[in-house]
Amino acid sequence: MTTNFKKRRSMLYIPGNNPAMIQQGGIYGADSILLDLEDAVALNQKDAARTLVRNMMKVIDFYDTEVCVRVNHLSTPFGLADLEEIVPLQPSAIRYPKTESPEEVAELLKIIEKIEDRHGLPHNKMTLHAMIETAMGVQNVFNIASMFSRVDAITIGGQDLTADMNIIYTPDGAGIDFARKRIVMAAKASHIDVIDTVFPDVNDEEGLRRETEYAKKIGFTGKAVINPRQIDVIHEVFTPTEEEIRKAYRIVKEFRTNSAAGIGVFAIDGKMVDAPVVARAEYILRLANVTVG
Amino acid sequence: MKPKIAAQSGTFESSDVIFLIEPLPDNSGRKLEITSTVMQQFGASFNLIVEDILNQYDMTDIHLIAKDKGALEPTIKARLETAIKRSLDQQEGTLK
Repeated sequence: MTTNFKKRRSMLYIPGNNPAMIQQGGIYGADSILLDLEDAVALNQKDAARTLVRNMMKVIDFYDTEVCVRVNHLSTPFGLADLEEIVPLQPSAIRYPKTESPEEVAELLKIIEKIEDRHGLPHNKMTLHAMIETAMGVQNVFNIASMFSRVDAITIGGQDLTADMNIIYTPDGAGIDFARKRIVMAAKASHIDVIDTVFPDVNDEEGLRRETEYAKKIGFTGKAVINPRQIDVIHEVFTPTEEEIRKAYRIVKEFRTNSAAGIGVFAIDGKMVDAPVVARAEYILRLANVTVG
Repeated sequence: MKPKIAAQSGTFESSDVIFLIEPLPDNSGRKLEITSTVMQQFGASFNLIVEDILNQYDMTDIHLIAKDKGALEPTIKARLETAIKRSLDQQEGTLK
């Protein structure tokens, strides 16, 4: 569990072998980009993508966009080589695909920490995002989310999960609804971020909005993006409204005034305000980039 | 070092460069054929980057063809490193 706040309404996948998209990664407006060495890269281009991502990360300015890298699973011939190149560069996070058990995360962290030791790097800077994409991963998600201080987000991979469940993905998400909610609950219990899967139809803006609103309603903190065109809709849904921001501002301001006077619980407009309400209000203000003066 | 096999890396996409490497007979040195859509503006710099990377790997007896579509320096270096390692049969963590 981590207490560092990172705005992750949108996470844009960028294929790791596409220099044009990588070099523009910081200007699409996503909160976070994910340089992908896994599914977006052909099996005979893994070396090319890894070298390209390494070089780009060294020199390209991504401005204030969070940069994460999705590596290949350690059970493939590519995973270890990915970690050897990427860990020394300390992206904000490593995203690990098809995470199925806490034992797997422990093994991954051991390898990461060995590489960090060789390079004189700390063990607490770069975090880990566990992707839950299999039925087994869904069953073990709470332990995956809660047992490691470096896991600061979990995500659901809808396409792989439906394949693993041997069902067809439908626009209403019925087949993965249980998984979505179980993953959200594991994240909430662990106080970490939880990112929803991609919406695959880039031409269906209404469908994207509907699915994003649903994801927000059940507790997701952000959504993965496969095309920059999807970013605005996702941000609109996940950004608090002006009314929400005003209310949150008032709650936090009153809380500080009352705290200074030694009062823990108070009322605004006849409604009780206590610690959980304040925490929610502070989260809304951080999302909206608003500070209480 | 001398290339063992013919190899290539990169693409013809914009902001990318494609490198093709072939081994030449012993004592042939380096034969470079470089074309770029931005040759007039950045040709000199492109040539320097290529020479620098070839020197790093001490490459000789090599025929190198480059077709550049405006790649940035990190891309040029990455693509050439990949092509050289493939030509030396030293690439790691990939299917061939």
